[in-house]
Amino acid sequence: MDGTTTDQLTMVPPEALGRLMPMYVWVSPTGHVREAGPTLLKLCGDCALIGRRFLETFELIRPRGVTTMAELGAVAGRRLHATLREPPHTAFRGLAVPLGPGQGMLVNLSFGIAVAEAVRDHDLTDADFAVTDLAVELLYLHEAKSAVMDELNGLNTRLQAARAAAEEHALTDPLTGLANRRALEMALTRAAEAADRDGPGFAMIHLDLDYFKSVNDTLGHAAGDHVLTQVAHILREETRRHDIVARVGGDEFVLILRGSADADRLVALARRIIARFEEPMEFEGQTCRISGSAGIVLSSGYERQNPDRMLSDADLALYASKRNGRAQATVYTPDLVLPDDHRTQD
Amino acid sequence: MHGLMNRAIQCFLRDTYGAEVWLTVAEQAGIEPEGFEAMMVYPDAITESLLCAASRQLSKPREALLEDIGIWLVSVERLRRLMRFGGVDYHDFIDTLEELPGRAQLAVPDIGLPAIRVIPHSQGRFTLVCQGDREGFGQVLAGVLRAMADDYGALALIDHVGATSRGETIEVELLEARFAEGRAFSLAMPVAAGGL
Repeated sequence: MDGTTTDQLTMVPPEALGRLMPMYVWVSPTGHVREAGPTLLKLCGDCALIGRRFLETFELIRPRGVTTMAELGAVAGRRLHATLREPPHTAFRGLAVPLGPGQGMLVNLSFGIAVAEAVRDHDLTDADFAVTDLAVELLYLHEAKSAVMDELNGLNTRLQAARAAAEEHALTDPLTGLANRRALEMALTRAAEAADRDGPGFAMIHLDLDYFKSVNDTLGHAAGDHVLTQVAHILREETRRHDIVARVGGDEFVLILRGSADADRLVALARRIIARFEEPMEFEGQTCRISGSAGIVLSSGYERQNPDRMLSDADLALYASKRNGRAQATVYTPDLVLPDDHRTQD
Repeated sequence: MHGLMNRAIQCFLRDTYGAEVWLTVAEQAGIEPEGFEAMMVYPDAITESLLCAASRQLSKPREALLEDIGIWLVSVERLRRLMRFGGVDYHDFIDTLEELPGRAQLAVPDIGLPAIRVIPHSQGRFTLVCQGDREGFGQVLAGVLRAMADDYGALALIDHVGATSRGETIEVELLEARFAEGRAFSLAMPVAAGGL
């Protein structure tokens, strides 16, 4: 200490005080603004801050009910939340401290978290902030994070699209875990190519559930889903590991059975499957009853394999089963013809 | 290397030379045509083969290519704005360059920018040392420094003088901080600032 220290505020000239705290307000004991920092003067622009009553320019939001200098004095040292009474109602936080006797109070304000709005509303620059203020860093971070968030949102959108595409290209029916139509087509093409190369023949059974729609309609979709899961279970049990079981529509299934088999054994298999379909299925205390119809084709019936042709022939055999009173299994023969009222609905 | 940097190279090639050139370079470098995700990290070798393929395809030395990438970076308004937060004028910008990697890391913690040392000399001369373990950042930085000088309206000489064991060295001579009218910059974020 050199002995020249003083307890007077005047030891810090207003200009220096303004650089240290660009948003300070010196409030006189009468409640009028004596001096203010340059940024606050810029903010208040037309309202000519100097000489106005502090509490008529700023409204204290927290603590509430501060309307006199005595009340302001009482909240000295506490965190204040205030706004400009005039538009754009800029928000501040700050601190009031009492000065020496007869000198009033010193209030220092900052924008807090609303700094981005304040910068926009008042066109502030780097020079409007104290060198020690992290406001500009906060703005930088705000902007950098926005850029990063945009990139992440873009990434999410692309990943979602990729997932949707992957699902579309997936080979499994999500409900039953059976192969889907796409997987069936691939397997059928492979089997047909193998058969053409003098490999083993194969057979295809096209199954369509009967009365499934009424289970769905009367007992609800959960019951319908349960039935489909049970059907899948039965089909897996009745086939061998290297056979293909596919769900190709709401209640349509196709089996590809590898290896040569005669028509009688295929019909017996189809009937056994249908018989198991007809066993009552319990779901949450309700009994679901369905049946099924089958159309059968054998690769040995074709000179050259044609998967599309086989599928439509199996379809034709299936309609014949439906036409003959359902719960039937029909082997395709060239003399089966499509009737005019071809589609039997269930 | 961070996806942001790989994607920057991708966008630079696409914006400067066209989509065809990007596709050719990507194919030569064994990269999918859709390129990089900005928010993922890729092995360094991919970036290396990308730069090699681009340099070959464009018949441009690697150093010149990297510097062009630096210049291009500043043409991305979003990045230009983030750079301008670095200082009120070009002198200030150079002075605070040491903070740049830290700032970038605040936003993207795994971005992996090399440390930058700023050694001020008298009369507006600076030596910058880019202390990365991968050579090439210095050339990109030289490009950024050139473009930022224009942005601030400053007249400066920038010279990438080479690499030593300490890192890559760039000499900057600031002849006039306010040589021309710089580009406008306001702290307030514009409503629609585009991404990469």
